[in-house]
Amino acid sequence: MTALLVALGAAVGAPVRYLAGRLLTPARAGAVPWGTAAVNVGASFVLGLVLGGPAPPGVVALVGVGFCGALSTWSTLAVETVRLIQERARATGVVYVLGSTLAGLGAAALGLALGT
Amino acid sequence: MPESPFVRGHGPAVAAVAAVAAGGVVGSLARWGVALALPPAPGGFPWATFGVNVLGSLLMGVLVVVAAARTTHPLARPFLGVGVLGGFTTFSTFAVDADLLLAGGHGATALAYLAGTVVAAVGAAALGSVLARRVTA
Repeated sequence: MTALLVALGAAVGAPVRYLAGRLLTPARAGAVPWGTAAVNVGASFVLGLVLGGPAPPGVVALVGVGFCGALSTWSTLAVETVRLIQERARATGVVYVLGSTLAGLGAAALGLALGT
Repeated sequence: MPESPFVRGHGPAVAAVAAVAAGGVVGSLARWGVALALPPAPGGFPWATFGVNVLGSLLMGVLVVVAAARTTHPLARPFLGVGVLGGFTTFSTFAVDADLLLAGGHGATALAYLAGTVVAAVGAAALGSVLARRVTA
């Protein structure tokens, strides 16, 4: 049952990330991948909300593990950072990965505080 | 502007969204399985999420090079890359776990986790692409 909830959440989260990337990430070289940045920060906030409050285990599996886990990604963030550095946009790459991390931490902290 | 995925009659885009969803389910169930197998100690270093994120980034580095160098099925990258590896790795748990470590007074562990993940994931993606370039060259 828990596996089904994780799968259901993931079946929504992963396509939302894909569509956000196609709509928000510019195709030109050296551009900030706004799609990945947006879903990572957004998912961190929602997961904070879920784990900050007294959420039932089913909600944690569906929304937390499934939806937020699949909505957010490290693998794409990592390859986009490498690609920016290879495209001679080294500063953009460093700001992208560190900025995502700091914004994600802040968003998660806000979610945790609001969820309590 | 990236091509809109909502264009009517855009068959491949609809198939790609379905492939991403299916891959996301596979990757997320695998991530959940790893988390169950390696439960974090309270205040301890979140090894399961760290390992998943570094391994997924390595494989994504490989996949991006292979998909660019070889003729692959048009749904291979949406399924394996965006879906499986994107769903396998996670940023939200990384951020929340780091916040919880900080809030729990485990500042050194939180900093090691944050810096370690950034360096290891980006390094693994770079390593994966270098290795894949050697094989596909």
